[in-house]
Amino acid sequence: MTVIVSQLFTGVSIGAVLLLIALGLSLTFGQMGVINMAHGEFIMAGAYTVYVLQKVITGAGWSLLIALPIAFAVAGAMGVLLEFLLIRRLYARPLDTLLVTWGVSLILQQAARDIFGAPNVQTKAPDALTGNVRITDDLVLSNNRLFILGLAGLAVVALTLVLRFTSLGRRIRAVVQNRDLAAVSGIPTGRVDRLTFFIGSGLAGVAGVALTLLGPIGPTMGTNVIIDAFLVVVAGGIGHLKGSVIVAFALGTLQSLIEYSTTVSVAKVLVFVAIVAFLQWRPQGLFTLRTRSMA
Amino acid sequence: MTSTVERPVSAPPVAPRRRFVLRGPGVGLAVGAVVLFAVAPVALSDFRLSLLAKYLCIAMVAVGIGLAWGRGGLLTLGQGVFFGLGGYAMAMHMKLADAGPGQMPDFMLLYGQLDALPWWWAPFRSPYFALPATVLLPMLVAFLLGSLVFRRRVRGAYFAILSQALAAALAIFLIGQQGTTGGTNGLTDFQGFFGYDLDDPVNQRMVYFIVAASLLALLLIARQLIRSRYGELLVAVRDSEERVRFLGYNPANVKLVAYVVAAGMAGLAGALFVPAVGIINPALIGIVPSIEFVIGVAVGGRATLLGPVIGAVAVAWARTTLSEEFPAAWTYLQGLLFVLVVAFLPGGLASARVLLRRRSP
Repeated sequence: MTVIVSQLFTGVSIGAVLLLIALGLSLTFGQMGVINMAHGEFIMAGAYTVYVLQKVITGAGWSLLIALPIAFAVAGAMGVLLEFLLIRRLYARPLDTLLVTWGVSLILQQAARDIFGAPNVQTKAPDALTGNVRITDDLVLSNNRLFILGLAGLAVVALTLVLRFTSLGRRIRAVVQNRDLAAVSGIPTGRVDRLTFFIGSGLAGVAGVALTLLGPIGPTMGTNVIIDAFLVVVAGGIGHLKGSVIVAFALGTLQSLIEYSTTVSVAKVLVFVAIVAFLQWRPQGLFTLRTRSMA
Repeated sequence: MTSTVERPVSAPPVAPRRRFVLRGPGVGLAVGAVVLFAVAPVALSDFRLSLLAKYLCIAMVAVGIGLAWGRGGLLTLGQGVFFGLGGYAMAMHMKLADAGPGQMPDFMLLYGQLDALPWWWAPFRSPYFALPATVLLPMLVAFLLGSLVFRRRVRGAYFAILSQALAAALAIFLIGQQGTTGGTNGLTDFQGFFGYDLDDPVNQRMVYFIVAASLLALLLIARQLIRSRYGELLVAVRDSEERVRFLGYNPANVKLVAYVVAAGMAGLAGALFVPAVGIINPALIGIVPSIEFVIGVAVGGRATLLGPVIGAVAVAWARTTLSEEFPAAWTYLQGLLFVLVVAFLPGGLASARVLLRRRSP
């Protein structure tokens, strides 16, 4: 029994990481219908922010807390720059955007290699996050996983509040539902796009901060995690946060349970098969926006 | 999601008399054949010629991508899967042939985890099974995935992500099964190719000619497909899928054919890559190589017949030449190629002339 519970906890914590990454991705995908392959490199930027901050600020606890807003701003600024310089010009060509942002991600990876060196670097985790919470003798929950779970929860709540109760959120939802109608209603769609990209990419930066607690920081760390996050977005559907939330935790749990009963490599294949099967049932993802558009 | 309809990229319509890259497709093919069969073998050293054979294998994948993506609008980021299936099928046969009748391949003995040959290795001992399998196995996988996905109208970026996830899954799977697939090392160190010693330069030249002939055959197949009624239908599906559906066709089947044909081409390419280069491993089929197959196609001109081939060979050549001396510079250049070509020259080099005349697309 405890084995199952602790596997479930592992699954939920994998899901929390996936969710943090997928939230921003799903926001920008929903907004503009483009897949941003450089999202993984924004995660990397967030992680390296922690690394740089720890060179300046010695206390690991403070540097992590200060890193959260700074990583958000750094990754967000990179996102806005990308949107302004490239994605804006490619609105009607989602597939081309995917390839262009892949090129950007290659450039950013190499830039990280040139600035910080090719080998992975380590950051110090704060003392408060290195311990464990002991529920029973067999069931031990590690603090850093709990912290990430909390961070993911906070991100979901904050994003939901912004989308539901602020004027920016209302504009974002309007553009997602019908861009042309939003534009003729006087919503400055270009500016809304930029702000959406800022928030979405900023969340990638926050995810990067969270990933420093789980492993080393390296130029290719983004590529390693991004594919699963894409699958979350595809299976979750766009325009609704709850789709991403449910699918992220479901995928995390599924992966952890299959890994437990078989191996990591078999789990990857089975999760892929599960997603293709899921798309047979829900080709547009778990939740979809009802529109009259045929595209 | 109001703007997901892909704007048609300045592709030449299918009218047969329309000019392609050089002076029309027929002339282009003929010139290409002369270069491949007469000029290159004479002008290039054994080493350069075997490098060219490697590039031509990549170009074979590019022909398929040009058909599926350039003509059909199916951005497949997982051609490495089919390349890998073809390559592994061929490599397994060559390993078993090297080992001799009834013996196990050397790496299995080395890792020492197995007492007997795994059941799924056994059929590859026969060339009559292995050779067709290099093409038919990828086509079967593409058929299964494609018919599931296209029938449910999963398309655009969704399809691209799924194809990419498949590449990731297969690469991780192969790495995990070290004992039976060679893991990260893959399958390598082949001695013979159907009884011919691969160390002999003459036989390496023979492999080159097989590769060149296969590429030419694939180009002829692609040309016939493009010029047929099916080719017109494929372009129509790319540009307006709903309209094709309303005309009474099933776009899912149209896409499926292009996807399966492209998979078969990638499979053949992988199968010939193994004797030409001497290795197949997960690093050649994962996410990164899969997406790198696409860049050559974009550079050359995705919707043309010869563009993908020329682009793929040029990019592969640039990689070998530059990445040895300036690895960092090559990565930057590759990233810039993706950005600049796809964003600002979506028709590739083949459209450069058109673009000069008419600035904004």
